Amino acid sequence: MSHSDIVKIAILAVGGQGGGVLTGWIVALAEANGWRVQSTAVAGVAQRTGATIYYLEMCPLEEQAPVFALAPAAGDVDVLIAAELMEAGRAVLRGFVTPDRTTLIASTHRIHAVSEKVVPGDGQAPEDRVFAAMERSAKRVVAADFQRMAVEAGSVISASLFGALARADVLPFPRRSFIGVVQDSGRGVEASLRAFEAALADDQPPDRAAATERVPPRGPNHLVAEWNVLEARVSELPGPVRQMAETGLRHVIDFQDLSYGKEYLDHLHRFVALDDGAFVMSATAAKYLANAMVYDDVIRVADLKTRRARFARVRGDMRLGASDVAHITEFMHPRVEEACGTLPAPLGAWIEARPRLARWLDRRINKGRKVRTSGLSWFALLYVVAGLKRWRRGTYRHRIETEHLDNWMDLALTTASHDRALAAEVLACRRLIKGYSDTRVRGESKFDAVLQALPLLKDRGDAADVLRRLREAALQDEHGHALDAELEAFASVAPASS
Amino acid sequence: MAERSFAKEVQDLRIGAGQEFRGEGILAITKALLECGVGYVGGYQGAPVSHLIDVLSDAEDILDELGVHFEANASESAAAAMLAASVNYPIRGAVTFKGPVGANVAADALANLSSGGVMGGAIVILGEDYGEGSSIMQERTHAFATKSQLWLLDPRPNLPSIVRTVQKGFELSEASNTPVILQVRIRACHVYGTFEAGDNQRPPLTVREALEDPQRRTERITLPPFTYQHEIEKVADRLPAAVRFIEEQQLNEHFGSEGEVGIILQGGMYNGVIRALQRLDLADTYGKSEIPLYVLNVTYPLVNTEVLEFCSGKRAVLVVEEGQPAYIEEAIGALLYRHQGSSTLVGKGALPMAGEYTGTVLMDGVTRFLREHGNGLLPEAHPSTNGHAEDSDDEGLSSAVPIRPPGFCTGCPERPIFAATKLVEESLGPHHIAGDIGCHLFSILPPFEIGSTTMGYGLGPASAAALSATGARRSISFIGDGGLWHNGLTSSIGNAVYNESDNVIVVVDNFYSAATGGQDVLSSRADRASKSTHHSIADAIRGLGVRWVKEVDRTYDVKRLKNLLTDALTTEEKGPKVIIASSECMLNKQRRERPQRNTAIKEGKRVVVPRFGVDEDVCTGDHACMRLSGCPSLSVKTLDDPLRDDPVASIDESCVGCGNCGEVADAAVLCPSFHRVDVVHNPGPRDRLLSRVSGFFIGALQQWRDRRRLVFEERG
Repeated sequence: MSHSDIVKIAILAVGGQGGGVLTGWIVALAEANGWRVQSTAVAGVAQRTGATIYYLEMCPLEEQAPVFALAPAAGDVDVLIAAELMEAGRAVLRGFVTPDRTTLIASTHRIHAVSEKVVPGDGQAPEDRVFAAMERSAKRVVAADFQRMAVEAGSVISASLFGALARADVLPFPRRSFIGVVQDSGRGVEASLRAFEAALADDQPPDRAAATERVPPRGPNHLVAEWNVLEARVSELPGPVRQMAETGLRHVIDFQDLSYGKEYLDHLHRFVALDDGAFVMSATAAKYLANAMVYDDVIRVADLKTRRARFARVRGDMRLGASDVAHITEFMHPRVEEACGTLPAPLGAWIEARPRLARWLDRRINKGRKVRTSGLSWFALLYVVAGLKRWRRGTYRHRIETEHLDNWMDLALTTASHDRALAAEVLACRRLIKGYSDTRVRGESKFDAVLQALPLLKDRGDAADVLRRLREAALQDEHGHALDAELEAFASVAPASS
Repeated sequence: MAERSFAKEVQDLRIGAGQEFRGEGILAITKALLECGVGYVGGYQGAPVSHLIDVLSDAEDILDELGVHFEANASESAAAAMLAASVNYPIRGAVTFKGPVGANVAADALANLSSGGVMGGAIVILGEDYGEGSSIMQERTHAFATKSQLWLLDPRPNLPSIVRTVQKGFELSEASNTPVILQVRIRACHVYGTFEAGDNQRPPLTVREALEDPQRRTERITLPPFTYQHEIEKVADRLPAAVRFIEEQQLNEHFGSEGEVGIILQGGMYNGVIRALQRLDLADTYGKSEIPLYVLNVTYPLVNTEVLEFCSGKRAVLVVEEGQPAYIEEAIGALLYRHQGSSTLVGKGALPMAGEYTGTVLMDGVTRFLREHGNGLLPEAHPSTNGHAEDSDDEGLSSAVPIRPPGFCTGCPERPIFAATKLVEESLGPHHIAGDIGCHLFSILPPFEIGSTTMGYGLGPASAAALSATGARRSISFIGDGGLWHNGLTSSIGNAVYNESDNVIVVVDNFYSAATGGQDVLSSRADRASKSTHHSIADAIRGLGVRWVKEVDRTYDVKRLKNLLTDALTTEEKGPKVIIASSECMLNKQRRERPQRNTAIKEGKRVVVPRFGVDEDVCTGDHACMRLSGCPSLSVKTLDDPLRDDPVASIDESCVGCGNCGEVADAAVLCPSFHRVDVVHNPGPRDRLLSRVSGFFIGALQQWRDRRRLVFEERG
């Protein structure tokens, strides 16, 4: 018998995903069908949440014992099971997936690596490159979100991947034999079988996020009438701006009220009036004006936390039924800054101008508070705070935000008079301002640092490009090291501005 | 209780002759020990042989029945020292630990043991932690064998070979009065297979019987003048005896027919080499090879006559020897030179000097060797492994796929300790921080990036000893409970006390030797029938003379840890400052509590299960929380919202509700988007009533407000 009668299966998983369970099932499957089988794994600390490989070899039982290898080799794998998308990519990189023979079974869900999560901007790995590599490298691809199938079935991914293996039909064992192995596994058999069957039938649950559709707002008639007026104004906007403007308008009205929405459209019109036929700058303005006008003050947090839709979402996330009992506790840490921001502007400013008083107050306010919003008393308190919305325009925070908005908008408009692309980049710098407390302070300082480069960019053909690069650098790390490096590099080549 | 229970599998250790044993390599070794009439066993856990300790620990009943003594040793050093029982008594003993770091620790005892020699067979089962999946520096254990003269066995990695090598290893040890090391590589430890079992044997002399009739032989003790005699014995008696035994018993094996080229390989490399030959159509499924193979199941000592005989008449010989330096290749080279051998010796060069000999590496190496020296043996069209990786990277795949090193588990109690440390460094500035061995060393990776060195198990604080100056910024060093009891209590704490160190030491106490698989230690909280636990770390440390000792019994209290660390770094008090941060390893806690909880829920008992969530509309996508966590259950999620550039935080169903997110959000003043949901299973009448009443009023208030504003919704 030639060695090609040996079936070679590698499982690439993330530690903690239950790759060992899946391996055990495949061993039991082979043995139940009278095959000889060997499996290997790497246990221990190297496996904790890290990438790990399980490996199996099997062949029909003969008198003589075959010689099996203990680890997969490039170009020599028949079935590659990747329990996560990037692990499928890793399998391709390591040469374990080849067009002549490898059936690639991959779960397309993501378990993000730490390196993807700590980036202040969007550090997520590009999935399309992995999908392309899978298609290019495998003989056949069986890919689906096996994690979701398992979760929907109340089970774990080993069960749905085992179903995918049955579906792939690469092992010469009957389906009932697969099912027999799951039935004999002893724990959570019913849920495992549900996940197994779902994968076998390629029963992909509908993607909840992708299928949302926008509907007109509900509310009292006079408000709806006013909304219709504003919506009509949106529909008169140039095509490329319209959709973002409607999204932004909804966001702004949801934050405050219809007249705030009107202000938003007024601001937006100033950019539209200056724009060229492509309206890239205006579309950018539509997005970032909305984000800037919707700042995160105490009133907004209280409002969002006490909404009916939010309660429904939390219960949905936890998969709770209507009669299930659950308590929601918030983790809030107000400081004197937040308190002052909510006071009438003159009072808030008066306190902030007196550091000793502010510090004295901060000592009383600055403290982590666990707030049970599912209980009546805390709910009522947040509800009242959310109700302060009608006085929001008079708060100290609103004054600060409006000043900031006006300066930034003026800067963008001035820039637009000579360089629209650059003005769009100035608008997009708003992305840098996010987070709370220290994080926000850091974001603001990056915002300032990037925009301070603006005078140096005057009359440069690639000004917009440079500003975009600076902004992207600012989003790469927490402390702005990449931005500093980029600024330094820029300063060294920039012509002296004196 | 260890992370993995072998309670079911160990029952297979009872099977007798004629029955087929199925299981992992580790379990097979245990069974082989019992069949050899071993009198005592022990060791120290560490991948890849942690499970051997777990198996022995779960098999205590069976060991008792046979009169076999089991010791969960305090360290590898203690384990090696235990082999002293085989010096004066004809009792077979076996201990296990990982190599080479375990052998480093055990070196003192191993050298003393080897000097005097043994009467009863003594085996060290050594898990060679090398290559993929390894957690230590990449070195070989080979040098320990040659420097102290212990025989080194490296069996072919299949269960029958490993089992036979255990048996022959004891006999070899006894025939040559020399302890032996049985080396098994990572995947061989965890290889699942079968072998034909034999009957378990009671030791001919048990340790109990030995104690009743104590023996001593002065000349076996490592003290001059005997030590000079020992060295002469080693070369004049023991080595020749060993070589004779290896030859007579044919411990090394020959495969394949005659030929002009041949391969000499370590036993552990056998399957990989055969696979390469299979792929080149030079061997069949069962290992029948067209190339002659000389398999060294004993890699030290070499049997010179066998080597010379194999090489004679061969034009070229390839030595497949994993790792560096190339001890075997060099020895064979010297041997051939001395005997005017004419074969071309190929080894490192065709094969890489460094790194694991994976299937791909062996395939390339054997191909290279045969292409140069094979004289037409190599088929014309043979599969090549070259280029696969490069081919697949033409569209930037390698830059897309993120590296995924191991890290803290979901809910790990060590995470908040490093979150607190990071916050303290933000306020007090950077400090010199020394790491130790254990899960806590994951702190060196993002998101924490805390710790500059790791010098060995239990040596964290000792490694910061030089970086100490009165009045200067203090250093912080970490040490785990495992490392503390292994040797750190003296090497690190005692050292700091005696030298009046002013530095800060954080003892990370997770109730287990967690990194090695959750074995119990002295301070574990579990009640064990045959082991003594519940010993206080604080008492031990105070007993050594540390005056400033603070305890935290819930590491998730980030604020308290932050304050304690700040105190420790700024206090006027002299001497080492020790913070003991204790919370149970979440992996073990979940394993223990989850089944209990599920049973309680099934029985209709009221159970509250916490889990965390993130309000995605409050979250601004700055990821500050993740830079203080790295928890697998806390990740990013892209929203279907064109106003958003960056993904928001999201917590998935794997969250165990440890509390870290909430505590960090508070301590670092992060955003208010985190919330905890306490789901009440089987709520009582009071729960229901309160929930209904508050639900009614909350619902009414929400409705009142919704009637007075525009409500924007999306339909899913």
